[in-house]
Amino acid sequence: MSLANLIRIALKALQRNKLRAFLTMLGIIIGVGSVIAMVAIGQGSKQSIHDQLSNMGTNMITVQPASNLNGGVRIAGTSFQTLTLKDIVALKASVKNISELSPAVTSRGQAINGALNWPTTMSGVSPEYLDIRKLSLRDGIAFTENDVRTSAKVCLIGQTVIDNIFPNGENPVGKVIRFGHIPFQIIGVLAAKGFNSFGQDQDDILIAPYTTVQKRILATIYYSNIYASAVDENSTQVAVAEITQTLRDSHRLRSFEDNDFNVRTQQELIATLSSTSGLLTVLLTVVAGISLVIGGIGIMNIMYVSVTERTKEIGLRMSIGARGKDILMQFLMEAVIISITGGIIGVLLGIISTQVVTLTLGWPTIVSESSVILSFAVCAVTGIFFGYYPAQKASRLDPIEALRYE
Amino acid sequence: MSKGKKILEIKDLKRDFIMGSETVHALRGISFDVDAGEFVTIMGSSGSGKTTLLNILGCLDKPSIGNYFLDGVDVKQLSRDELAMLRNHKIGFVFQSYNLLPRTTALENVELPLLYNKEIGSAERRERAVHALEAVKLADRFDHTPSQLSGGQQQRVAIARALVNEPVMILADEATGNLDSRTSYEIMALMQELNTTQGKTIVFVTHEPDIAMFSSRTIQLRDGMVQKDSRNENIRKAKEVLAGLPVTDDY
Repeated sequence: MSLANLIRIALKALQRNKLRAFLTMLGIIIGVGSVIAMVAIGQGSKQSIHDQLSNMGTNMITVQPASNLNGGVRIAGTSFQTLTLKDIVALKASVKNISELSPAVTSRGQAINGALNWPTTMSGVSPEYLDIRKLSLRDGIAFTENDVRTSAKVCLIGQTVIDNIFPNGENPVGKVIRFGHIPFQIIGVLAAKGFNSFGQDQDDILIAPYTTVQKRILATIYYSNIYASAVDENSTQVAVAEITQTLRDSHRLRSFEDNDFNVRTQQELIATLSSTSGLLTVLLTVVAGISLVIGGIGIMNIMYVSVTERTKEIGLRMSIGARGKDILMQFLMEAVIISITGGIIGVLLGIISTQVVTLTLGWPTIVSESSVILSFAVCAVTGIFFGYYPAQKASRLDPIEALRYE
Repeated sequence: MSKGKKILEIKDLKRDFIMGSETVHALRGISFDVDAGEFVTIMGSSGSGKTTLLNILGCLDKPSIGNYFLDGVDVKQLSRDELAMLRNHKIGFVFQSYNLLPRTTALENVELPLLYNKEIGSAERRERAVHALEAVKLADRFDHTPSQLSGGQQQRVAIARALVNEPVMILADEATGNLDSRTSYEIMALMQELNTTQGKTIVFVTHEPDIAMFSSRTIQLRDGMVQKDSRNENIRKAKEVLAGLPVTDDY
């Protein structure tokens, strides 16, 4: 029998039971739709994490004090003070794979403008910090090496702080505010960056020369962090190794001693977060895949019912000249049409629901071609796989018994 | 189709069924020939081997022993698929319960056998189905589904389906069994017309003696053997019987 006739016969048979065909299809529709939607949501969140981290500077390397033993007691890294100017000098001298370097100290406190005040964080850094963190100025100018040398009382201000202490929209550049007891002149306004992927407000900040924060506010010689930029993304690992060795030498650590600092890169963060969301994608896909299998079992079930119900029809077809193969192909074609039609509707539904999720919940989504092609292929295979056994049962019926079946 | 050409040749046909430890001899050695253009009724009571013989004649089953030639083809040598092809090309079945596909129009039902014939395209298929339905006087019922047709009309669609592949033999299995007597005569009149005007060979299996009167020859089976094989010299015309029926007989 020709393919066109086969399709026509199968379509006619399905038409006779439209609702049943549709309900059978529904399993596949939901299966395929959810695979596509889940993969799209998973891929979207993965991409958005990657984008956000890239925005923070993919070449960025962070050095933090690490926990260490102090007379047998482990001390939390953040309260442990190991990073000093000596380290900065050593790093500048011997690490070749970093292009920029900035120490950082932070202080919590109130930013005060007249009667208004706002609790915020002041970061004390070097001018290179802006490049390392990919920060830019919306207005005004950045401070310079000269400001660092003189511990100048100048600062850059983030949008959130402006919103709270300059609520009437006046230009903050040139104004003098107080941070704690110290007056600072605002010389620049940071371009807004919004929230990062951890929910931190990146605009709730004041940035000043690190010497100013160290000497005038904290009275310390230690740094809470060192930020560096690798010359490019690929040399990050080499730079990390160099930094680690330089700091071990600088801290005079013996070979059996642990590092008293941590060197972290954005790559690690990207990899960790990507793998988390990658795992999520796999789990969601597996769940969706299971529903596809259940849809397939639905097809198998209905095809078995259909074969039993239409035993007489099968007997008739055989008596007027249908071969076993013709009957097999007829029922297989019905199963495949159900699964492929379900697949097409499922793909459309998946894409639509993905768009709905993006529009209503604002979740980033990416409908990947591979998930569409894959789930569609799985569909066709599902139809053939689950349709084959009922079809084979039909094709092996004895025409005499099938004709007399009541 | 020249008269005298042998359509069926059956020689010492036996068919045994093994039921558990017992062997049932359904057919115990049957021999007869059917020539082209004959209208044969095969009669017999239940258990006479009628149905078994019909299955073999219809190429749905094969004999255990003995030979069956249909239009010169030795059926015994054929595989399952070849039997299907033979049924498609050479036999037109008419069943007691019509066996039309539900929710499918008369025309599509008649087209069905041709779908399994690769040599026939869709245009020819449609043309031949229309022709067959016209031959059974249902030219105005092409688009009716079985549920919209009376029993007699359904059986006529089934006869059109049996005619459409131009078989060498129409094989009817109790084709009037589900119909009232008036409609039965109408169907027999149609059969007689196909036999006389178109020269169709008809083998009609029945247990009703008055149906046999319309045929040219009657083969009586009993216990798996041919009990009597007689030519009917006095063939009744179904049309005349129909005309003789009182109008009130039609409920």
